[in-house]
Amino acid sequence: MQNNEDVYRQIYANPRFQELVAKRGRFAWLLSAVMLGAYLAFILLIAFDPAILGIPLAADTVTTWGIPVGVGVIFMAFILTGVYVQRANGEFDRLNQQILREAQQS
Amino acid sequence: MILRLLTAVALTAASPLLLADALTGDVQKQAVNYTAIAMFVAFIGFTMFITKWAAKRNTSTSDYYTAGGSITGFQNGLAIAGDFMSAASFLGISALVYTSGYDGLIYSIGFLVGWPIILFLMAERLRNLGKFTFSDVASYRLGQTQIRILSAFGSLIVVAFYLIAQMVGAGKLIQLLFGLDYYVAVVLVGVLMVMYVLFGGMLATTWVQIIKAVMLLSGATFMAVMVMKAVNFDFGMLFSEAVKIHDKGAAIMSPGGLVSDPISAISLGLALMFGTAGLPHILMRFFTVADAKEARKSVFYATGFIGYFYILTFIIGFGAILLVSTNPQFKDAAGAVIGGTNMVAIHLANAVGGNLFLGFISAVAFATILAVVAGLTLAGASAVSHDLYACVIKKGKAKEEDEMRVTKITTLTLGVVAILLGIIFEKQNIAFMVGLAFSIAASCNFPVLFLSMYWKGLSTRGALIGGALGLATALILTIISPTVWVDVFGYAEAIFPYKYPALFSMIVAFIGIWFFSVTDKSKSANLERERFFSQFVRSQTGLGSSGAVAH
Repeated sequence: MQNNEDVYRQIYANPRFQELVAKRGRFAWLLSAVMLGAYLAFILLIAFDPAILGIPLAADTVTTWGIPVGVGVIFMAFILTGVYVQRANGEFDRLNQQILREAQQS
Repeated sequence: MILRLLTAVALTAASPLLLADALTGDVQKQAVNYTAIAMFVAFIGFTMFITKWAAKRNTSTSDYYTAGGSITGFQNGLAIAGDFMSAASFLGISALVYTSGYDGLIYSIGFLVGWPIILFLMAERLRNLGKFTFSDVASYRLGQTQIRILSAFGSLIVVAFYLIAQMVGAGKLIQLLFGLDYYVAVVLVGVLMVMYVLFGGMLATTWVQIIKAVMLLSGATFMAVMVMKAVNFDFGMLFSEAVKIHDKGAAIMSPGGLVSDPISAISLGLALMFGTAGLPHILMRFFTVADAKEARKSVFYATGFIGYFYILTFIIGFGAILLVSTNPQFKDAAGAVIGGTNMVAIHLANAVGGNLFLGFISAVAFATILAVVAGLTLAGASAVSHDLYACVIKKGKAKEEDEMRVTKITTLTLGVVAILLGIIFEKQNIAFMVGLAFSIAASCNFPVLFLSMYWKGLSTRGALIGGALGLATALILTIISPTVWVDVFGYAEAIFPYKYPALFSMIVAFIGIWFFSVTDKSKSANLERERFFSQFVRSQTGLGSSGAVAH
């Protein structure tokens, strides 16, 4: 890895690299916070006020709010991963390729 | 169907917060089920054929440990799902839904939410930095010897506890489903897993996991569709019929006693979430794909398959309320479910698909165990051969054929040890073991791995002491918790009141790593901090990573 040291240094100095790191980092932490926050809220709701999730959706049904909320958390996990992969494999990877190309050329 | 059980497999009913990942309690051997055995033999035949094919392609250590990085994101997503969805979680969670309704859903959500976090914070960095094992990443810029020993031990302990739970679960499940003897079952599982791993390496293990995932998902889909057909594909009707039949009535539609203690619940949530991100056999899967792009896709597909699987289990549990609890064929004289509540999914298979489908689902359950133990064995073997032998003992100068020889010896040894442990622990209460495996993974492997990638200030001393403290805390707190102190040792009251240690042991690990790193002013620590920068660039861009395409 040592012979790569100079290339690494050069990439690090590239403003595009700093842009990539900042953008991708912010995005990843944002999505993590959304996921963790939703799960924590779900668990705390169950721990402190479980009755809320036991309220029926409508007067004539036994289906409670808990069902769409719970299934919603599962869908949310899937959708958030999809959103991240979409942007990381598209926009971020293009930026990354550009950075690597510039590093090769010089 | 003459399924009968002496003591109920009281896994979820007695202790709802236990991880539904180990079959516990006594079971009685059932009548030999030939349909199930025939289906299972077909599965073995097919997977052995794949193992033979894979063996021909394994020519280097890279082929052996990571299938040469040739697995696609979609395949790896299925394999991760296959690695993660265990037989006990299929049977245990559907049983939990059957007995308590909504609580089963809460439980499965805990297993799922770790995956997005793994994707956002770990997947691409892992792929960009690692080669064969997660220790490659953790020790990237730190003291090779110390960190590899720590993480190899972390891996082996996690593998050992997980493996015991799977072996004992397999023995009991096979007694129930196939009517085979416990010892026959344990030896069979041990021999088969060694065959897959020894000859086929990662490539065969991956395909066993993919096939298992496809079988499990299609079997569960069929069951869920048949359940929905019985209620005209109307969820409202499914729930209202279940409420009418169930003893607990409308209570099954809202949270019950599962999360009565918020500290235990949060601790369990942390163990599940971050433990998943520290399981060596799961982390190893990230090195089987070509690059970070495919690694990300893997998690996306895996999250989809696992989430879909949990929704199916929820429907299956409710379906069992409608179709199993009302059918006297599946009840004993006292009115209890034959074989215990863990068997409801199996009975439901019989109810919706007859004896042939029952055989299929039984074979799937066995295949599921095999896929999980094969992944564990490969992770354990690589921790010994790659981390301890090649990198610590031989200082990275081991010849490839020597490393392979050590892997094969370790695999064989692990097989023998797993069989012996399976036999030793037959009559023991092993319900705590999977929980302990997750807790140790969350408190030792995960903090060291995570901080090595994210925190420049980390030093070898900090990682070593903090990681060891996390491991020790998780272990000690589990021993003095109700699950071991009361349930295993039989004391009246536990010293540590919570069932899961992760909340506390993770705090200990992170503080320990932080404190012993920031106070580390040694020369080597400063060099390690300087090396962070090139590690950082590589983790972000993938430049220099193994198997990456040159541009």
